[in-house]
Amino acid sequence: MTGDSSHLDTLENHSIFILREANHAFKNMAMPWSMGKDSNVLLWLALKAFLGRIPFPLLHIDTTYEFPEMLEFREWAQTRYDFKLIVKVNQDARDRGIGYETHDPVTVTHELKTVALKQAIAEHGWDALITGIRRDEDATRAKERYFSPRDADSGWKYKDQPPQFWGQFVTGKVPGEHMRVQPLLDWTEVDIWRYLQREKIPIPNLYFARGGKRFRSLGCHPITHPIDSDASTIEEIISELEKTRTSERAGRAQDHHEPHAMQKLRTQGFM
Amino acid sequence: MNEETARLKIVFVGHVDHGKSTLIGRILVETDSLPEGKVKSIREACLAARRTFEYAFVLDALSEEQEQNITIDTTQIQFRSRRRDYVIIDAPGHLEFIKNMITGAANADAAVVVIAADEGVREQSRRHGQLLQLLGMRQVIVAVNKMDLIGFSEERFRQIEKEYAAFLEGLGITAFAFIPVSARSGENVVSPGKGAMPWFKGNDLLEALDQLEGAQSSSELPLRFPIQDVYRMDNRRVFAGRIESGTLKVGDQLIFAPHNKTARIATIERWGTTPARAARAGDSIGITLSDHIFIERGNIASHETDGPAESNRVHAKVFWIGRESLAIGARYRLKLVTQEVECQVVGIDKVVDAATLDGSAPESSELKANGVAEITLQTRAPLVYDNHERIPTLGRLVLVDGNELVGGGIIFGAVYTSRKQIKSENIFWSESEITAERRAARNGHRGAVVWLTGLSGAGKSTIARALENELFQRAMNTYVLDGDNLRHGLNSNLGFAPEDRAENIRRVGEVARLMADAGTVVITSFISPYRLDRRLAREIALQAGAEFVEVFVDAPLAVCEERDPKGLYQKARAGQLKGFTGIDAPYEPPEEPDVVVHTHEQSAAESVDRILDELLPRLRLK
Repeated sequence: MTGDSSHLDTLENHSIFILREANHAFKNMAMPWSMGKDSNVLLWLALKAFLGRIPFPLLHIDTTYEFPEMLEFREWAQTRYDFKLIVKVNQDARDRGIGYETHDPVTVTHELKTVALKQAIAEHGWDALITGIRRDEDATRAKERYFSPRDADSGWKYKDQPPQFWGQFVTGKVPGEHMRVQPLLDWTEVDIWRYLQREKIPIPNLYFARGGKRFRSLGCHPITHPIDSDASTIEEIISELEKTRTSERAGRAQDHHEPHAMQKLRTQGFM
Repeated sequence: MNEETARLKIVFVGHVDHGKSTLIGRILVETDSLPEGKVKSIREACLAARRTFEYAFVLDALSEEQEQNITIDTTQIQFRSRRRDYVIIDAPGHLEFIKNMITGAANADAAVVVIAADEGVREQSRRHGQLLQLLGMRQVIVAVNKMDLIGFSEERFRQIEKEYAAFLEGLGITAFAFIPVSARSGENVVSPGKGAMPWFKGNDLLEALDQLEGAQSSSELPLRFPIQDVYRMDNRRVFAGRIESGTLKVGDQLIFAPHNKTARIATIERWGTTPARAARAGDSIGITLSDHIFIERGNIASHETDGPAESNRVHAKVFWIGRESLAIGARYRLKLVTQEVECQVVGIDKVVDAATLDGSAPESSELKANGVAEITLQTRAPLVYDNHERIPTLGRLVLVDGNELVGGGIIFGAVYTSRKQIKSENIFWSESEITAERRAARNGHRGAVVWLTGLSGAGKSTIARALENELFQRAMNTYVLDGDNLRHGLNSNLGFAPEDRAENIRRVGEVARLMADAGTVVITSFISPYRLDRRLAREIALQAGAEFVEVFVDAPLAVCEERDPKGLYQKARAGQLKGFTGIDAPYEPPEEPDVVVHTHEQSAAESVDRILDELLPRLRLK
């Protein structure tokens, strides 16, 4: 089906196909949106798929440790694209004093992201979530499916995943399950940047170098570390990435807290 | 990387423990494709666990896989050669994980079959070869691995080459190359190595991969544009979908199978940029049409010539991955691009022995898990498709049982005829207690009552007949109840006094409910002027668990009187007819109808479309 389209067109077309299949199959869906670069590509693809009118709400899991620049971007984008936005904070965990000041990053991430997400799913009764994960981010994500069922506790049964081929996704679920829909699985970090560049998609300015530092991946500010970089344009970022051999999420502390940390987080419902 | 260069996806398949993961690990390490420190951290982890380092660990990242030393699920990882970028898909070799192997291989542009030189061609080597054929794989490289274990013997290599080439030939596949390699010591993987096999003059594996072609374009084939969804944008309807083959442009006349309605493309819609004039295979697009016709998900658009085949019966060569065996008489949901239809297995014509490829076994009554067979399927509604060798994506079907995808196959033997009406042949299967669910499952839809109400002359009868025709064409059970077929028989003892009208409507409600319970989509066409009566009819239907869709067929009295199809208004005005609704008897418009159609503003076809939009989702099986 490809061949005479460019590589980015192929990725874009396939992601739109997945978004449309999901929208057909699920009547009560939401799209988590972190304002990060991948999230903004996903938003852009949804605008294209549904011709400017996204038929489901976006969800921001606000950990209360967000960079102020990200929150500013959130307000700006919502006005610009006019979508329905739901903001969710795990207030109960914050009230119990869970925070990076006193707890380890795996615990805090679990409480303020994964548990918050589960709370939002329970509150809204969503049957599917569209996520922006990519296979090249880490080894467990490399085994993901475009449509990936999660049990009532958001658990991922990675040892018994449904077969998926020829663009056919089984979308029925056991009661209590929800589906993770993952249209960006085939994209790489460089693809994301090339697409942001080609489409001129606005993103938060934290990704661009200031004073010899920039963020390659964005999460909670206490555990997200900038890298040394002078790349202040997308072109410079792409040429930097083509030389680097450090993984994208190296600056995300929760991934490296213990061996197989990512697998543990993800089987429990982390995206 | 040049953005215009396609990324080649290669799947590695083969018998378990023949060294797929090790070979991939070797390629990744030697092409410097791993993140900094990855190999070091794996070496350290091995040391801590008192195990020797293996290249396979690079890939088998999930901790269970490292513990069991086998690949469970398909995984994808990128690497880059001098020529281009690759995605490697590692597929598990264990028989029990064959669904994961298929998931991986179905997405690949090329395949590397890994065969261990010491063990030679084994059952999964053959099974995977056969699956590659069913998945439509055209480019296959065979890597004969573990040459170090047999002293780099040319004789042994040639023996395996001869045996497996003959096997592939039986499947119609010619291997691009056979390459003797040693993933463990590195010979012929990304370089010729240390000269252990001077007798081999061919390319190493990476060179051979670099010579493969990218994904084939389907733009040259006849147009197939399956409708994925319909979006209402203000007053326009946008038909969204992915072009599977061919090209289309604004102004093209399209024919939508299976009902063969035609319309021209008015626009190709895009967000945030100027509308396109043309689109081609692979593009996910949205179009609007210049004529108003009812189109829904599952319809397939093509041009007037070179159309698809259409029938209720298809032959397919399928692989079976269900837990339960596939059996004659069993029912599944069949999915083919965006079509979804009930089907029944009516023949298992030839079961193929994966180990020997012997297809001469007598007709069988079942197909076991991981088997391959040629089968015949009967569908409840007409299926639109192509032979796989003509248009691959329209020649692939999958079978779904409950929540699980249980098989897939390629279609052959379709006969292309001129476009004509295909009659659905209903089929009957096993007997036990007949519940509403079983009726619905057999019919492919639930029963329902569509209650049209409105003034005389508003257009109820016209809409009822048009709606009945639309449903009938979808192989649905449907029937219209109107004054003609009730007043003359069942209700012949009733007049037009208010109490007679109430009794008339009550009887209609009861008959409609019985028919809906029997699985029919009943369309009632009565003025039914009183709210109370209509509420009663709704309650009767709901008590029986049938859907009730109240449709207000609305037109101003003046318009109805102008139309006066039966001359009744004239008679009523002249005083020859007493108690005529709208003249000297009241009409109570519905307060919350499920659908309102305005027949003085909309065509009958548009009105029917509005009703179908509301009705069809409610008829789906639960």
